[in-house]
Amino acid sequence: MAFEAYDPEDFYDELFLALGEPRSHCASLIQRMVELGIAQLEQQRQTAAIALFKLGVTFNVYSDNQGVEKIFPFDIIPRIIEGSQWSQLEQGLKQRIQALNLFLDDIYGAQKIIQDGKIPAEIIYTASGFLKPCLGIKPPAGVWCHITGTDLVRDKDGSWYVLEDNLRSPSGVSYVLENRRVMKSTFPDIFRNMMVKPVDDYPSQLLETLLNLAPAQVPDPMVVVLTPGIYNSAYYEHSFLAQQMGIELVEGRDLIVADGYLQMRTTKGLRRVDVVYRRIDDNFLDPLAFNPNSLLGVPGLMEVYQQGRVALANAPGTGVADDKVVYAYVPEMIRYYLGEEPILSNVPTYLCWRESDRNYVLANLDKLVVKAANEAGGYGMLIGTRSTEAERAEFAQKIIAQPRNYIAQPTLSLSRVPTLIEGKVEGRHVDLRPYILHRGDEIYVHPGGLTRVALKKDSLVVNSSQGGGSKDTWVLNSINN
Amino acid sequence: MLSRVADSIYWLNRYIERAENVARFIDVNLNLILDLPSGVPPQWKPLIAVTGDIEQFDHNYSEVNSENVIQFLCFDSNYDNSIISCLQKARENARSIREVISSEMWEEVNSFYLAIKEASAASSFGTLPKLFSRVKMASHRFAGIMDATMSHNEGWQFGQMGRLLERADKTTRILDVKYFLLLPSAEWVGTPLDRIQWIALLKSASAYEMYRKCQHHITPGSVAEFLILDRAFPRSIHFCLWQTQQCLHEITQTPPGHWCNGAERALGKLCSQLSYLTIEDIVQSGLHEFLNQMQSSIYQVGNEIHHTFFALGDSQRALSNQSSNNLQLQSTSNTQASSA
Repeated sequence: MAFEAYDPEDFYDELFLALGEPRSHCASLIQRMVELGIAQLEQQRQTAAIALFKLGVTFNVYSDNQGVEKIFPFDIIPRIIEGSQWSQLEQGLKQRIQALNLFLDDIYGAQKIIQDGKIPAEIIYTASGFLKPCLGIKPPAGVWCHITGTDLVRDKDGSWYVLEDNLRSPSGVSYVLENRRVMKSTFPDIFRNMMVKPVDDYPSQLLETLLNLAPAQVPDPMVVVLTPGIYNSAYYEHSFLAQQMGIELVEGRDLIVADGYLQMRTTKGLRRVDVVYRRIDDNFLDPLAFNPNSLLGVPGLMEVYQQGRVALANAPGTGVADDKVVYAYVPEMIRYYLGEEPILSNVPTYLCWRESDRNYVLANLDKLVVKAANEAGGYGMLIGTRSTEAERAEFAQKIIAQPRNYIAQPTLSLSRVPTLIEGKVEGRHVDLRPYILHRGDEIYVHPGGLTRVALKKDSLVVNSSQGGGSKDTWVLNSINN
Repeated sequence: MLSRVADSIYWLNRYIERAENVARFIDVNLNLILDLPSGVPPQWKPLIAVTGDIEQFDHNYSEVNSENVIQFLCFDSNYDNSIISCLQKARENARSIREVISSEMWEEVNSFYLAIKEASAASSFGTLPKLFSRVKMASHRFAGIMDATMSHNEGWQFGQMGRLLERADKTTRILDVKYFLLLPSAEWVGTPLDRIQWIALLKSASAYEMYRKCQHHITPGSVAEFLILDRAFPRSIHFCLWQTQQCLHEITQTPPGHWCNGAERALGKLCSQLSYLTIEDIVQSGLHEFLNQMQSSIYQVGNEIHHTFFALGDSQRALSNQSSNNLQLQSTSNTQASSA
């Protein structure tokens, strides 16, 4: 049967305490799934997959003109987070985003944190996401990272860690909304009994955040989503968000700088654009300011931005804090800017440019996870415990050649969630990406977020490009609210 | 609305209409071949001639025969105006404006493309008639779905314009097939074979039944009159251009009879001309010459629409891939720059 034989083994399991013993807040879900039986669950999984494909919830695997789209595999056993646990995460995320935003404002402004010796200037200036043209810019309400998708993981003992902050343009929120839509139609009765926090509010919250950036004197601001185009892997999401917010989805070629403003080409002439939710990397935004070969961006956009005539979300330059060396300083930032102790911990991180750390890393490559400071998506990474001698030697060389570019972390044994795999329920590792919106006077944390699951047995890599899938994430309302 | 979005919805419709019409004129030839008296060889060259892309055909194929012509016009993905290329581009356009069109429209384009792609792998001479009727029906279904599920807003009007303008152009070409379709000798004019060719031509425009309701005899003049000047038949040139004009004025809100941009002026002139022409005028100046003239006028209207609505701002960056499209115009070189 479905869950009787399910063994959490030696991992933190999000739904089970031990063999045959669900966590109390998950009991009614498990009971309902046991009642349905494995055949029924498998059938529901297929129905859900078809529904998602029909909705066109797809990502592109590679770019060619044949338009190859795949659906992000979806597992129907949800991940559940208890209400009280969630409020703690929420507090931790708000604190962290607030500090990161103050850091960005500082680093492109007075740079007090460097002067006070909390972080070396060299680290900042060598971070690939640091953009000199952004020095001295004052974005509206002092907000730089409007939309963040923080990656969280849990270790064996169940404690939460921040893995990455993703302050540039995190994707995946469309899956959160579409997964929920499918789950609600698949298991309506479970929803009725479980008091799951709804997620449908995200597009309104996002639109609110974006409208907030428009100059006060503009009565009816024009807000757009800027996409690299249909070949981008997250194009579906760009189109989905534009549709849900009821705003225009534009490409670089739709925009032009004219008369000192950003304008879009419409059938009735040029029309001014006030706020851009851009899903294009910093370096491609403006060929005049950054990568001159970019065809995706808009020549002259940065100048208009610097003059405060258009707002960009996120602000260019936020990538500096996505550097994994800078990441290691976030707990320090929280103490420095807020005078508080961090609520959420970092994964302990060894910085290879420090000699003592480097020596430790080189001596323990077989136990650590080594990551390139500027890569994302699970690339440029060595998982020591699964590596060969040759791979370790290769990474040792890289580390010695460019110590600034590498960090190492202990191997966490990520928490697991029961997952339907070929007609059986098996434990699979997961992470969690909640979405946080910063509006200046208020920080909003979207309840839940995207749970990504490594569908390959024992795999720790949850990225969609490398065999990952997703699950619906249920945050339960606390009994007393 | 965004120029790019208007451009995409316009071309989405043009490409679907184009695919449909390519199927139509191959289908007519297939029918004709089956009716040929023994000793009269089947003709495939007219089909290529009428597209205006004969050079490209000659470049890639050694011989004009049924296999090559069908491959070229239906399944050759290197040829921009083959059925498969049209559908691929239609799908790509639809995909880039999915948040603007209805999801039913997207689903129809998507499955249309996938079905033809699948068919291209497994087609044989025997399955062609079925394939062509599928193409025609899918195109009609798309038009119906668009009509019934999308708001009749500015975007819809652009889509209609694309479809109607393309249809007008293709009707000129279907008529022109007869010019290229050689009779064995002059003695055959007015014989059953000649008549059969004219009937086949009407059928390929789905016009035979409607024609019969207003004409008893099949004569070249009255067939041409029906397909060019009829005011009620939805594939006649006059009808298509008249409707295009209505959409255009719906978009700009310019009162009828007035113009305030190049597109309105070019189209207005063309419509007025058609309103007061008689078939005798046309025959006197030469049908083939008239059709040629009509094709270049329609091309001109398309150009004006492009410049008025889609190519706003700097001229350096062409707006989209379709702006380089050769509208299959004979003797007009493909002058527009292709986009980056």
